[in-house]
Amino acid sequence: MEKNSRKAWLYLLPAILFLGVFMVYPLIDVFIYSFEEGYNFASGEYQGVGFFNYEYVLKDPYFLRALKNTFILVLITVPLSTALALVISLGLASIKALRKLFQTVYFLPYVTNTLAVGMVFMIMFDKTAYTDGLMNTILGVFGMTPVDFIDGPYAAKMLVLSLYTIWVVLPFKILILTTALASVKKDYYDAARVDGTTRGRMFTRITLPMIAPMIFYLVITGFIGAFKAYSDAVALFGTDLNSQEMNTVVGYVYDMLYGEGGGYPSYAAAAAIILFLIVLTITCVNLLVSRQKIRY
Amino acid sequence: MKINKDYSKVAKDSIVNKRLLSILIYTLLGIWALIVLFPFYWMLITSFKTYASYNSEFIPSLIVKNPTISNFVTAFTGVPLGRYFLNTFIFTVITTALMMVVIVPAAFAFSRLNFRGKNLLFTLFLSLMMIPTELVVITNFVTITNLGLRNTFTGLILPSVTSVFYIYLLKENFASIPDELYYAAKVDGTRDFKYMTRVMLPICKPTVVTIIILKVIECWNSFVWPRLITDDEAYYLVSNGIQQIRESGFGRENIPAMMAAVVAVSLPLIILFLLFKDKIMEGVSRGGTKG
Repeated sequence: MEKNSRKAWLYLLPAILFLGVFMVYPLIDVFIYSFEEGYNFASGEYQGVGFFNYEYVLKDPYFLRALKNTFILVLITVPLSTALALVISLGLASIKALRKLFQTVYFLPYVTNTLAVGMVFMIMFDKTAYTDGLMNTILGVFGMTPVDFIDGPYAAKMLVLSLYTIWVVLPFKILILTTALASVKKDYYDAARVDGTTRGRMFTRITLPMIAPMIFYLVITGFIGAFKAYSDAVALFGTDLNSQEMNTVVGYVYDMLYGEGGGYPSYAAAAAIILFLIVLTITCVNLLVSRQKIRY
Repeated sequence: MKINKDYSKVAKDSIVNKRLLSILIYTLLGIWALIVLFPFYWMLITSFKTYASYNSEFIPSLIVKNPTISNFVTAFTGVPLGRYFLNTFIFTVITTALMMVVIVPAAFAFSRLNFRGKNLLFTLFLSLMMIPTELVVITNFVTITNLGLRNTFTGLILPSVTSVFYIYLLKENFASIPDELYYAAKVDGTRDFKYMTRVMLPICKPTVVTIIILKVIECWNSFVWPRLITDDEAYYLVSNGIQQIRESGFGRENIPAMMAAVVAVSLPLIILFLLFKDKIMEGVSRGGTKG
């Protein structure tokens, strides 16, 4: 037994080392950083301990802007993408021909490089001196005046960011919901059909309750994912997100850490912890609501 | 007779309704498929347009009149795209290999060996799955910078190795192998390490392949960590290379060449996906994220 025990720890050693150095230690350290006031990156010294970093971050207009952007993005993309994924998955579940093909196509955005395809979106929506761009040309057919979606009004930029985010997150949601729909037993539908139940009733009384846990799972992961938005914004608007007024909270954390405004790990740590607390709160609220609404 | 007639009318109506519904469904699904595919189509055709013809199109054209491959030449000569590919390849291979070296023994220990504190440790491991990377990246950045590992492969790779989720996935799979096999191997004098590599791994090959593919996708697309830890072009990965191309371009705003670079970067993963699509989709549905 003793020998066996030693062997087990030996097998676990690499994993414990990696996780310890790059996950557990940083996790403790980030809290310490966030309370060290006036931390100097070069010398590694600090002046005091307290809440100053949090105060600074919460008063920083760049952070407040990033927080606002992130919240808007979350509020637009999470409900829309979940609803759209549900509609598409229901459509997929009701057809036989071409189903496999559609599924494969829908999953493509998952395996593509966010930065690379984001650039394609940027070009499709961009308006330059030479051309109004593809989207403006299409919108022009419907009589709309050209808008600069990449370097123009805030609402237009937010719209493109939301569209791209939805495009990126939908494959995962469609996959999860399609799997969930396929696992609903056919017997339930057969029984309902014998009873002469209408399609609408079958949906609200059988399908929805059966896949409700998965929908809640998607809402929760959707919230978490959307709060961490960053790469999509960079892909569309470049790395200088502050000047574009399109920064996100995660973007703010990285800007504080590195780059032109960087070198402030304490502010970055405080911002990251604030983000973590927001996500944690929302996840808990979601879990409480789901526990009340659905019985597993 | 009258009842019969009504019945056939109802049946006919319901067939018409059904057909209408299925037309509606196929239209909807078709539209979404178009929305998904269009950006790929757009990058592809733009990458074959000449610089002059792209810039002369006030109304963007959906077809290419005089296709050229010169953009691909520009993409690989104007910026060190080949170098970015090589870097990403090295990064992906070493990270994935190291990950396997770390997770296989860990999964083996959790599924096969008995030791004090096993359940507690496993719970701790699982709770680490909930830690967002954004929280640990700050200290990792400081650690790697202080160790002088910026702009090195070591600095890029080390923090990217661990994946608690894959340990969990593999452990579940290992645990499903019947105990009898282990005891039989023991009687034959097979050592644990040999049993793990020669018996367990081959049996769990499907899961192992899925894990490897998911890790490869993750590595190929990683952007944030490489951006923090490299500012020397010689160590850029493709994502950072693409960003670099976007910010400074090819000396001028050469969008067709940019799109050629985007096609080149996207292609390997699309091919990988088409080859392993069932495995990838199954793996992701079992616990992938990015939602």
